[in-house]
Amino acid sequence: MNKLRLSSLYQLTAVRFRLVLREPEAVFWIFIFPILLAVGLGIAFRNRPADVLPVGATSPRLTQALAADRGLRATQMDEAAGAHALSTGSILLLAIERPGGVDYRYDDTNPDARTARLIADRDLQTAAGQQPAIAAQNQLVHETGSRYIDFVVPGLLGMNLMGSAMWGLGFSIVEGRQKKLLKRMVASPMRKWQYLTAFLLSRLTMLVIEVVFFLGFARLAFGVPFRGPVWELSLVCVLTSLVFSALGLLVASRAQTMEAVSGLMNLVMLPMWILSGVFFSASRFPAVIQPLVRALPLTAAIEAMRGNMLQGTDLAQMPAQIAILLAWFVVPFAVSLRIFRWR
Amino acid sequence: MTDVPPDLEKAAAAAGRGPSLLIRGLKKAFADVQAVDGLDLAVFPGECFGLLGPNGAGKTTTIEICEGLTEPDEGTVELLGLNWRSGQKELRQRIGIQLQETQFPDKLTVEEALALFRSFFRGGISVDESIRSAQLEEKRRSRIGGLSGGQKQRLAMACALVGDPELLFLDEPTTGLDPQARRHLWDLVDALKQAGRTIILTTHYMDEAERLCDRVAIMDHGRVIALGTPQELIASIGGEDIVEFAVTRIDPATQQHTRAALEPAQLTAIPGVRSHRVDADLHQLSVSELHTAVPRIFAALAAQGLHLSEFRTHSATLEDVFVSLTGRNLRDE
Repeated sequence: MNKLRLSSLYQLTAVRFRLVLREPEAVFWIFIFPILLAVGLGIAFRNRPADVLPVGATSPRLTQALAADRGLRATQMDEAAGAHALSTGSILLLAIERPGGVDYRYDDTNPDARTARLIADRDLQTAAGQQPAIAAQNQLVHETGSRYIDFVVPGLLGMNLMGSAMWGLGFSIVEGRQKKLLKRMVASPMRKWQYLTAFLLSRLTMLVIEVVFFLGFARLAFGVPFRGPVWELSLVCVLTSLVFSALGLLVASRAQTMEAVSGLMNLVMLPMWILSGVFFSASRFPAVIQPLVRALPLTAAIEAMRGNMLQGTDLAQMPAQIAILLAWFVVPFAVSLRIFRWR
Repeated sequence: MTDVPPDLEKAAAAAGRGPSLLIRGLKKAFADVQAVDGLDLAVFPGECFGLLGPNGAGKTTTIEICEGLTEPDEGTVELLGLNWRSGQKELRQRIGIQLQETQFPDKLTVEEALALFRSFFRGGISVDESIRSAQLEEKRRSRIGGLSGGQKQRLAMACALVGDPELLFLDEPTTGLDPQARRHLWDLVDALKQAGRTIILTTHYMDEAERLCDRVAIMDHGRVIALGTPQELIASIGGEDIVEFAVTRIDPATQQHTRAALEPAQLTAIPGVRSHRVDADLHQLSVSELHTAVPRIFAALAAQGLHLSEFRTHSATLEDVFVSLTGRNLRDE
């Protein structure tokens, strides 16, 4: 038996670690679930080459003119067949030959249909001899970092760090209280600070595995960029995990039952799932609630992660986010140490 | 000051040691219940001391105050010459505690749980030794979730012993165990007693208290109602044996058995019969000379024209002591 085996902090941390790894559900939620989510979103929102838009036309002349454009797939049909095709969505626009002109039938609330209208009209006007008024050239960019997957990976990372820290701490503590294990622990010479520190240490160890696993996958599978310093990103992850550990501790500091702590945890996390910009930018919310949205710890964490990964922003340029995170760590931690109940 | 067996007091004084546990004027109320209502006790080194009483008598509250887990409203508790206010850290190192209903994490192994508890103590026995003393060798790598009730209880005891405590608290160590597991645990406590450890245990099983404890305090409604060795307490009710019987009268007209009243004075007049009480038609006599008293009891009942429908005797137990002091059974609650 060596010195380490006799250290109570080591033993407490090892116990926490073992208990997480021996819980198959926990392993799924912490490691597998975020990857499944990233894969699903990556597939759903992958960037495809610009779609070829299906259109219909009522005369051979119009069909030919439209089919010449690579952005369109034109089919000839009479007006009745065209109306049916429009209503079932198999074409986006029907060009109807009229004496001395053309009618476009389409749904102007559908962006693809509006695009088809613009392309078809340009093609037909050009075919009729219209000349461009000014010369125009295209410069195309397909850059990583501006795709949806690049946007959503930092969001998922933040959400996952929140979930694993809060569930990890909240549930274990309340379970220990309910099963009178906490009472048994304080009846021993265990130092109380070590019990709580062990949670943080095992969380941080888990964090390394969790973050490397998830970001490594995002990098390999989607080529998500890391433009900022990696050590600063690591720091943000550690700080985020500490923030939500402190919140988990606060939520668990008095709850006597699993039901109570689950309810409290959902109450804390639900607003952040919605408001903190995990799946879409938090700036879409009305200006009135923006101060609230910005003050949420998950918003600050995700903004800092996106800043680092996508824009390569230094932490020094994001003092507000860091200050918000620090405050959300210090205050809940101090409060929970005060009100924590061991039985 | 409490009653203290003179020999133990002398022995302790000779060894230059005071009591291991000294409680004076202890009171504790929860909401509207006075759980502990003025308690004085002294436990001496090497003793196995039992707090016996029905559920709700205040045993667990008392022991948890002694363990420093509950603050008393009034009174003082001294353990090993220290108190919880100033000697908390030192005391935690020197006492061992088994609580009622602790559930260790199911997914931890026996060995891991003991290594964890061992790490809290400055000194103590090795994990191997504690596993051996709790006879859990075969289960050392098993998860706690797969242990039987008795094995879990032995693990709890091992966790209490791993710091090699001078004073051991066991709160209802055998509650909920089957008879075989209880006897197994009693053997472990016997071994601890032989090793000279001071043990304080609570129980609501009088056979357990009789079997294990050198001295017993019987508690009821937060007070000690009797204190002494099990033998002393049993002797205090005045008879070594208890006779229980029920009687009926045969109606001469219908030949039917009917309930019958009985004149107790005729029974208590019999030499050797110390007392009489009746509970739900079952008469109980406390008897000191069974062999001469029983024929006379039969004769007295026959003389009253009564027919015996039930009759049995047993040696007096702590249960009978409790009944004679309170008029209630231990497990009425």
